[in-house]
Amino acid sequence: MDGIALLTIFVLSIFVGLEVVSKVSTVLHTPLMSGANAIHGIVLLGGIIVTGSAEHPLEITLGVIAILLGSINLVGGFVVTDRMLEMFKPKRPAPTEKAGGSA
Amino acid sequence: MSSSWSQLANLVAAVLFILALKGLSSPKSARNGNLLGAAGALLATVVLFFSGIKLSNLLLIIAAILVGSAIGGISARRVKMTQMPQLVALFNGVGGGAAALISVVEYLEAGAGEPVALAATVFTVVVGSISFSGSIVTFLKLQELMTSRPVIVPAGRFVTILVAAATLVAAVWLVAAPQTWLLVALLVLSLVLGILFVLPVGGADVPIVISLLNAFTGLSVAASGYVLGNVLLIIAGTLVGASGTLLTREMAKAMGRPITATLFGAFNGTTAGGSGTGDPDRPVRSASPNDVAIMLAYAAKVILVPGYGLAVAQAQGTLRELADLLTARGVEVDYAIHPVAGRMPGHMNVLLAEASVPYEQLKEMDEINPEFAMTDVVLVVGANDVVNPAARTDKSAPIYGMPILNVDQAQQVVFLKRSMRPGFAGIENEVLFDPKTTLLFGDAKDSLTKVVAALKAL
Repeated sequence: MDGIALLTIFVLSIFVGLEVVSKVSTVLHTPLMSGANAIHGIVLLGGIIVTGSAEHPLEITLGVIAILLGSINLVGGFVVTDRMLEMFKPKRPAPTEKAGGSA
Repeated sequence: MSSSWSQLANLVAAVLFILALKGLSSPKSARNGNLLGAAGALLATVVLFFSGIKLSNLLLIIAAILVGSAIGGISARRVKMTQMPQLVALFNGVGGGAAALISVVEYLEAGAGEPVALAATVFTVVVGSISFSGSIVTFLKLQELMTSRPVIVPAGRFVTILVAAATLVAAVWLVAAPQTWLLVALLVLSLVLGILFVLPVGGADVPIVISLLNAFTGLSVAASGYVLGNVLLIIAGTLVGASGTLLTREMAKAMGRPITATLFGAFNGTTAGGSGTGDPDRPVRSASPNDVAIMLAYAAKVILVPGYGLAVAQAQGTLRELADLLTARGVEVDYAIHPVAGRMPGHMNVLLAEASVPYEQLKEMDEINPEFAMTDVVLVVGANDVVNPAARTDKSAPIYGMPILNVDQAQQVVFLKRSMRPGFAGIENEVLFDPKTTLLFGDAKDSLTKVVAALKAL
């Protein structure tokens, strides 16, 4: 794909990115940041691509480290966000339930 | 990226990412939004393996993915909710590091390439490395492995400007005359710059910086997508870069701090000031758990102000028990949630939800602030900076301008505190010395348990 097409995608993505989060409540700042953090873990794909075509040991080593870091970011990011949001699931006040708080 | 069906799958993944961010902006759809994002990532990753790209080192690749996923997944499962902000910072940092490494490897494999791609490589390396080392420093600060106060390096501003200038020179030089050693130098300079950039940031400004570095990583991922000609990386990275920038601004606004003050404040010495613990012998009024129980039991209206200290002591459940007991006695009880209670915006809501505190009792700052004047007793548990009137009055205080909970307007204020040590921002709180303030020293959970026991005995 040529540079202009990629640039077009880039610019349009900026507008979409600004638009989708324009009405976020304070309560969700942390989960939203965490979710966005998980999404950029997709950099994992880049790691796979460069390691797949690497031949020199140095390239392979650096590529494998990149994959490792990328998958930590991706999987860890989505899991920790889910844990945060688990807390928000609508539950009716349950006074009989033993108070939580013990990790 | 050869066959059109794999491109189609990438389009689906991109749409899922957009829906994920959209979903995450509203409480009802947030959890599903996150799952959509995860589904998009899974789809894109699986499809990549069948898209006809070259896959040497396949076993190594799969092993690295499995090990990385296990590390990420397990640490995300095991982390205590109180330590979650620093884990997010760490995840963000490794993402930035991955983007920087990918560009380096691509450079080693394919050579310099055309100037625009080379500029994108340089951008990824610089921004990705800053995000990596900067996030590590924020992690160390939040984990309290180093001081959370602003760290002022001798001649810090001068050194930072020098390193920034050297980074810029190396970047331009590299684009003009590509050489591998320059790329390595650029990598090292950027790592140092990231550390210098975050060191002077302290206290309540740290979450804002995490958010900003998150946006940085997004942009570096987008640039690495340009280097590799991968559309999905460009879209996902840019989405995060743009939304992250907006989110950073929103967070800064919620805390009443212009972003520039957050980032450059320390260089000008504004966040460094106000560190004084004051006179240790200033008189304060302390009370026994019994006294506190009586004050609360005979009040008509009580507002609870939970802070990070509550979360650290894992006392959310005990606080809820106290609230239930008071409600049963006919006392009107509300929780006042400051936007940055805990360590990040929304952090306290998560922690209280974990203790099954009903939604309706959680009041946001703007809603609850007018009510303090009509309140008999405010019980502040492990919070300090968010109720410090210095934010309204003392222009030299690092938290000046931050909206606070007006607890000083209530009839009586009770602080459950571990010690007289100042809060995260490191400044003295005048409310503590107010004649209508009572202090109960001790671990938050311990104190609350004693108050609860005293209440039951009444």
